[in-house]
Amino acid sequence: MNEHQKIFRALRAAFPYTIPIFAGFWFLGLAYGIYMNVSGFSFVYPLLMSMTIFGGSLEFIAVSMLLSAFAPLQTFFVALMIQARHLFYGIAMLEKFKGLGWKRFYLIFGMCDESFSINYTAKIPENVDKGWFMFFVTLLNQIYWVSGSTIGGLLGSLLTFNMKGLDFVMTAMFVVIFLDHWLKERTHISSLAGLAAALLCLLGFGTDSFMIPTMIVILAFVTVIRNTKFGQKIEQEELIS
Amino acid sequence: MTISQQLITIGMCVLGTMLTRFLPFLIFSEKRPTPKYVQYLGKALPGAIFGMLVVYCLKNVSLFSGSHGIPEAIAIAVTTGIHFWKRQMLLSIAGGTLCYMFLVQTIF
Repeated sequence: MNEHQKIFRALRAAFPYTIPIFAGFWFLGLAYGIYMNVSGFSFVYPLLMSMTIFGGSLEFIAVSMLLSAFAPLQTFFVALMIQARHLFYGIAMLEKFKGLGWKRFYLIFGMCDESFSINYTAKIPENVDKGWFMFFVTLLNQIYWVSGSTIGGLLGSLLTFNMKGLDFVMTAMFVVIFLDHWLKERTHISSLAGLAAALLCLLGFGTDSFMIPTMIVILAFVTVIRNTKFGQKIEQEELIS
Repeated sequence: MTISQQLITIGMCVLGTMLTRFLPFLIFSEKRPTPKYVQYLGKALPGAIFGMLVVYCLKNVSLFSGSHGIPEAIAIAVTTGIHFWKRQMLLSIAGGTLCYMFLVQTIF
C-alpha cells in the first residue's frame, strides 16, 4: 500500500465519524458567525478566530470581550478557565499521540471536545493508519467549524431558517459517546462519578462556573479510589484502539 | 478597542486555549515513560469526562420553567434506546436529534 492509498483510506474511515459534527458545527458555527456579524464585526473575525482558537464556547464569549474595555490579562484568565478541561484531554491522549511526528502537533492544536471524544473512543480498523485517521477527524472538524462561522459572518442576519433544536445534535453525540464508553469499561465508577460531580457542581455553582469545581472533584475522586478494587479495575483497562 | 487591542484580545484567547491543550504534552515528554499515576489518570478520567460533557451540553436546561427539560429527557431516552438496539452511532444521533427537533418545533 503506497502513501497515497494509506492517506485516502484513513480519510474514508474518518469521514463518517465526523458527519454529526458537520451538522452540529455548521449550525453552531453559523449562529456564531451571525452573532459576530450583528455585533458589527467583519467575517474576517470569525474566520481568524475559528482558525486560531477553535473552541466554540470561548469564541462566543470573546465577542462580548471584544465589545468591552481592553483587558488582556482578564481575557487570558477567562480563556484558561473556560478551556481548562483540555488539560484532561491531553492527559488521556498522552500515550495515543506518541510517535506521530508532525501530526502530533496539529492533533494537540486542534483538540476540541468533539475531536478528542471521537479520537479517544473510535474503533479504528486494523488496516487504517491511526495517526492519519485522527488527523483527518481533527482537520474535517476544524474545516466544518471555520466554514460555518465564516459563512454566518458573511451572510449575517440574511439567513433565516427553521432549524430550531438542531443544536441537540451535539448533546446526542456526547450521549452516544458516553454510552459507547460505558459498554466497554470494566467498571462504571468513573462515568458515574463524572455525571454526579457535574450535576452537583452545576446545582451548587451555577451554569457559568461549575466546570472547574467539577474537574477538581473528579480528579480528587479518581485519585482517592486508585488503591481500591475500582482503581485496580481501571488500571487493567485496555487503551481502546 | 483599536485593531491592535482587538488582535491582542484574540491572541490572549489563543494563548489560554493552547496552554491548556499543550501543557500535558510539554510536561510529560514523548521520549520518557509517563509516570504511573498520570497513566492511571489517562485511563480513569475519560469516563468521567464524557459524563461531564453530557451535563455540560444540558447546563442551560431548566427543570422549573419553560418545558421543564421534558423534550431533552425524551430525546435522550430515544437516542439511548436506538443506540442499545442498533449500536450505530450515526443512526442514534440522527434519531435523537430529529426527535428533539420535532418535539421543540411542534409540541413544546
